[in-house]
Amino acid sequence: MNKRKPKNVFIDGAISSEFIGQSIAKHQSKTTIGAHNIFLGQVRADEIDGKEVSAIEYTAHEEIATIKFHEIREETFSKFNLTCMHIYHSLGRVEAGEICLFVFVSSPRRKEVFSALEYVVEEIKAKVPVFGKEIFEDESHQWKVNS
Amino acid sequence: MNLHIKYFGLLAEVTGCNEEILEFSKNSVSDVLSILFEKYPGLREKDFQVAQNNEIVSKEMVVSEGEIALLPPFSGG
Repeated sequence: MNKRKPKNVFIDGAISSEFIGQSIAKHQSKTTIGAHNIFLGQVRADEIDGKEVSAIEYTAHEEIATIKFHEIREETFSKFNLTCMHIYHSLGRVEAGEICLFVFVSSPRRKEVFSALEYVVEEIKAKVPVFGKEIFEDESHQWKVNS
Repeated sequence: MNLHIKYFGLLAEVTGCNEEILEFSKNSVSDVLSILFEKYPGLREKDFQVAQNNEIVSKEMVVSEGEIALLPPFSGG
């Protein structure tokens, strides 16, 4: 039975360390949790043909993305013994060195969170229609390809 | 039948627009694509998936009223 509603995952611009810190603090009242695991995706200043990436601008098909994020959540809860899970992804411009993806899984036990986190991140990369435009210092760009 | 066609990522650069409304007679996705390929020859060589009304569909699918989205390879995270 599915009672969870699709959550809003998108954040305008970079995900701040304050936001991540507050997210962790909010779990202090959930005392059945014994293990958290966090993935932070950071914009890398790749050098391509002598030019350095200075930012990535993210766009998405937001309706499909919201459906896919929800399906990934449901699938992850059915596969792993998790207490809770949070996913946040940036839209718009995120500078090199800033955080663009924040995935946070919590469980009573550590083994679950290690495998659950990897599963969630790989599923997001494969299934969610988000598109990254890598912008160089001279404002030229190319479209990011996930490896 | 009017279809609301949306282009994402680099595909919007190829077409020069994010979305447009085009009229089609009842057709499959691949029929719609061949018309779009004539309008935008640059789309031919691009890799993309097609979603109809928020669901990824095969090229054989018969289109119905609503939205057709052309989605290039995903690069989130």
